[in-house]
Amino acid sequence: METPLLTVRQLRCERDERVLFADLSFAVARGTALQLRGPNGAGKTTLLRILAGLHPDYEGEVSRAPGPLAYLGHRPALSGLLTAEENLAHYLSLTAPGTDASAITGALERVGLAGYEAVPCQALSAGQQRRVSLARLPLLGIAAPLWLLDEPFTALDDRGIALVTTLLEEHQAAGGGAIFTTHQPLAPRPGLETLWLGSEGAS
Amino acid sequence: MKIPGLFWGQFRRDGALALRQPGELANPLAFFVLVITLFPLGVSPESAVLAPLAAGVLWIAALLSTLLGLEGLFRRDRDEGTLEQLVLHGDPLVFAVLARLLVHWLGTGLPLTLLAPALGAMLALPEEARWPVTAGLALGTPILVLLGGVGAALTVSLRSGGVLLALLVLPLFIPVLILGVSVAELAVAGLPTAPVLAWLGAGAALALVTAPFAIAGALSIAVETG
Repeated sequence: METPLLTVRQLRCERDERVLFADLSFAVARGTALQLRGPNGAGKTTLLRILAGLHPDYEGEVSRAPGPLAYLGHRPALSGLLTAEENLAHYLSLTAPGTDASAITGALERVGLAGYEAVPCQALSAGQQRRVSLARLPLLGIAAPLWLLDEPFTALDDRGIALVTTLLEEHQAAGGGAIFTTHQPLAPRPGLETLWLGSEGAS
Repeated sequence: MKIPGLFWGQFRRDGALALRQPGELANPLAFFVLVITLFPLGVSPESAVLAPLAAGVLWIAALLSTLLGLEGLFRRDRDEGTLEQLVLHGDPLVFAVLARLLVHWLGTGLPLTLLAPALGAMLALPEEARWPVTAGLALGTPILVLLGGVGAALTVSLRSGGVLLALLVLPLFIPVLILGVSVAELAVAGLPTAPVLAWLGAGAALALVTAPFAIAGALSIAVETG
């Protein structure tokens, strides 16, 4: 059997003397997307940060297939004074140095921001900033097999939501995997799984 | 080509950021100039009074102006979430840190050093001390930025870390201040200044190879606890 992109065993995390989750085990195979759901404060963001390696305070085992990952936090992680293109160029220099810069134009086009390359990000709307942030996904593509997305649908319009869904589907078809949080109920489709944190069905 | 790519990628980004908000780096410099211009007005315009104080005033103003520029060194990156991406992907982080500090020094320490001869003349700094003091600032300001960067990284998660930052780094700045001022005293007394300048150079070299690691560590902790 193919090794999953990510395996989590017996994960337990406490925060401020409150157990967020205990005995949590799951795996993300290639070609699957896992939607994390749960009420506010259930630990969705903390779980994503643990999986990204940004939160070392946990017990249990997290093993990730080698290779870079794409992590988009709930902030767009853009420098407001820099243009969309400069922000993405810096991201590329961190994640995939040596990549042809023309890929940036393509990625911005993909997220519906063609023509906004040279606009400082602080002049963009919240939804447009989210799109610039999401342009990292087509930029890296399958070079980052695992995507961890914290509330990727925030501030997006209907077409933006459809865009993220398409990006996820393409990534899955290419053999990638993703874990994302959202409160949005998504249409069931093959390869989309749901993991509830906290009490199931509560919202 | 991971490491040069990391360094130059960060250098280009921070350089572009610095050019787009010139006030951020110009403020500490303006502070430096203001303090020094006020001194002859407030104390005395007499050369005899000013000359013995000149080197000390230059160094104290340089030190405080460096401190002024430090607080924002990593703050914006943390607030925007770019620090998270940097810690996540910028492995090894020290090279990105070095690029950031280099841009910061080019915007604060270097212009301050270049202005020092002219401002020194205004403070009646003795002729023979002018170039030794400037050389001292050229070697000393990188130490201030490097050590100050450690303090800035340690206090980046704090809402109002300014006073704590000053308390953390000022004691570390004091040896630099003492060495820097003694360069002028030696020069005025006609003694060789090279040994003290060599001490400052050694300090700069030591700070250059240690401080970026401490800064990278502190930034990682800031992201992990944030």
